[in-house]
Amino acid sequence: MIPISYFFVLSIVLFALGILAFFIKRDLITMFMAVEIMLNAANLAFIALAKAAGSLHGQVIVFFIITVAAAEAAVGLAIILLVFRQKKSIKTEDMRLMKG
Amino acid sequence: MTEYFWLIPFIPGASTLVLAVFGKWLPKKYVSYQACLSVLASFVISVVSFLGLLKVSPENLPLVKTLFGWIISGVFSANLSFQLDPLSTIMALVVTGVGFLIHVYSVGYMAHDKGYTRYFTYLNLFTFAMLILVMASNIVLMFVGWEGVGLCSYLLIGFWFEKDSAASAGKKAFIVNRIGDAAFILGIFFILINLGSGEFRAINEAIGGGLVSQGLATLIALLLFVGATGKSAQIPLYVWLPDAMEGPTPVSALIHAATMVTAGVYMVSRMNLLFTLSGVAAQVVALVGALTAIYAATMALTQNDIKRVLAYSTISQIGYMFIGCGVGAYAAGMFHLYTHAFFKSLLFLAAGSVMHALSGELDMRKMGGLRKYLPLTYPTFLIGAIAIAGVPFLSGFFSKDAILTQAFAQRQYFIWALGIMGAVLTAFYMFRLIFLTFFGQERLDAQARAHLHESPRVMTLPLVILAFFSVLAGYVGLPVVLGEKANLFTRFLEPVFQPGHEAGLTMSMEWLLILISVAVALCGIYIAYLFYLKSPHSPHRLVSRFPRVYKLLYNKYYVDEIYNAVFVNPTVKGSEAVYDNFDLKVIDGTINGTAAATGFTGKALSLFQSGLVKDYALALLLGVILFLGYLLL
Repeated sequence: MIPISYFFVLSIVLFALGILAFFIKRDLITMFMAVEIMLNAANLAFIALAKAAGSLHGQVIVFFIITVAAAEAAVGLAIILLVFRQKKSIKTEDMRLMKG
Repeated sequence: MTEYFWLIPFIPGASTLVLAVFGKWLPKKYVSYQACLSVLASFVISVVSFLGLLKVSPENLPLVKTLFGWIISGVFSANLSFQLDPLSTIMALVVTGVGFLIHVYSVGYMAHDKGYTRYFTYLNLFTFAMLILVMASNIVLMFVGWEGVGLCSYLLIGFWFEKDSAASAGKKAFIVNRIGDAAFILGIFFILINLGSGEFRAINEAIGGGLVSQGLATLIALLLFVGATGKSAQIPLYVWLPDAMEGPTPVSALIHAATMVTAGVYMVSRMNLLFTLSGVAAQVVALVGALTAIYAATMALTQNDIKRVLAYSTISQIGYMFIGCGVGAYAAGMFHLYTHAFFKSLLFLAAGSVMHALSGELDMRKMGGLRKYLPLTYPTFLIGAIAIAGVPFLSGFFSKDAILTQAFAQRQYFIWALGIMGAVLTAFYMFRLIFLTFFGQERLDAQARAHLHESPRVMTLPLVILAFFSVLAGYVGLPVVLGEKANLFTRFLEPVFQPGHEAGLTMSMEWLLILISVAVALCGIYIAYLFYLKSPHSPHRLVSRFPRVYKLLYNKYYVDEIYNAVFVNPTVKGSEAVYDNFDLKVIDGTINGTAAATGFTGKALSLFQSGLVKDYALALLLGVILFLGYLLL
């Protein structure tokens, strides 16, 4: 039996990596993947807790997160595609329309 | 039929609506018929109501018809309701009767005017408002009519608004009336606050029941009277009426002689219990009336504009009506109102006919000898002048004499003396007008001469009818010396005006007063004859003897100049100063300052908006860390 703290540590590490990648990387697709990693870090924590508590609630939430993430991926990729068509680039520094 | 009396105001009202909405597409002929017939219909209903009223016993008066609750708010309510009593019937008869004749006259007078339909729309609207004023059964609705006639007066004075003088005369009338109306409204508020109701019946009951203290009555009565001085052109608010002559002449006849300007007299008569209770207020009314009567008459002496002479004469005659009201002889005041409506509108319409004949000439110095050219206008004008001068057996004599006798009987000798002096002046200036216009040398312009013609039938017929009434209208109010029951007019009004103001004069005294009245009237006419017919140069000699007095009178005591210097110019200057210093600096400064501050803050804050999505995410992350840190520690 693996202790539950191991799962938490892994989850935190994954989440931190996600944040790090989000701030370091400059193209939208990689940043998008970083966001997915953060979501899955949360999923891992939920699953671990569900197992430890012997309840199904955590697992249900994970299903929700996966579904939402799938929808989000579809919309997000479509947006990135359109941005690319307009700008011929997916680098964030090329998109500064909102600069005051 | 009497129960349909509430239709009287609404027929001209409906006609106004039709003319205002569809007037553009209606043929001229139809407009004339509709406008005149609507007033005639009201007149017929008024006559029927009058006959019906004679059969109603005094205890059941007034007949009230409530159409619906108009303002209902807490304890206060005002209805759209009309009342029929002897006072409102007389006013309705005068307004619709004289009004109808003037509508007919206008068909001829305004025939070539391009604003024909607009003119009749306003005239019908005026009739509507005036009838609301006189038939309203509460003071709030009365005020609606009061303001309505003021509006129509403004619209009709400024009818030829392309002319600068007409536009500013309209404005002057409107603004001067606002001053009076402000006081009038305060009076209404005091009534509503203290008595809880604006219904005339309730007001009279409250006064009869001793619920009103004398001080309160004085306050309310004086405030209402200030309103009356505005509408009825008395000292100090008379200045608008002479300028109001810029309007079409039939308007001067209807609004500024026969009906609207007498609204103040009607209002004082309607509130007679209040004025009688106050005592002080009644005395003020009598004094203002007497002073106005003689003051306006002196100004009429030197005017050369035929309509202005009549305007000052109107102010003076309304002064007489107020004398009647002030000394407690309300019936006599109303009687003068009623006879005055006939002879003064006759004079105005006849003056209009003279102007029409002379292609719009107003200056009497350019008239003279018109007698033979105007075979109908001349005799009717003469009848009007004789009636107003107070020559026996014509209507003006009976009414003026009734007022002066009552003033004497109430021991108001000072007021009586002023009235008598005013009567001399009245006879003098009216016959000065007659002699300058119709007698003596012809002093016409060549151009006016070429077009000289008597007016069409549609204009002369109303003159003849009005002349007929100017002679006979007085016979319903014979002096007391001819028998207690001779004065039908006073007896008819008895349910409205409390009796008990019996003149305690002996027969011989009454006859003496009548003789004095007759003597002063004839005397005035004789002086005018001496001055303007016998030796036409004597006025010039008199002017050169007393140049200062003449100048003072000719310039109307410089009152317009004084008002301009004291009230108008400081107001205009003050407004300009406020505009320059407050509007431009304080208000505009505040608003521009706010805008500038907002702009500056926005500029400064916009530096945080880099437009890079990572910066926003970083801010989000920092926020989350701070928040978590706060929660955990």
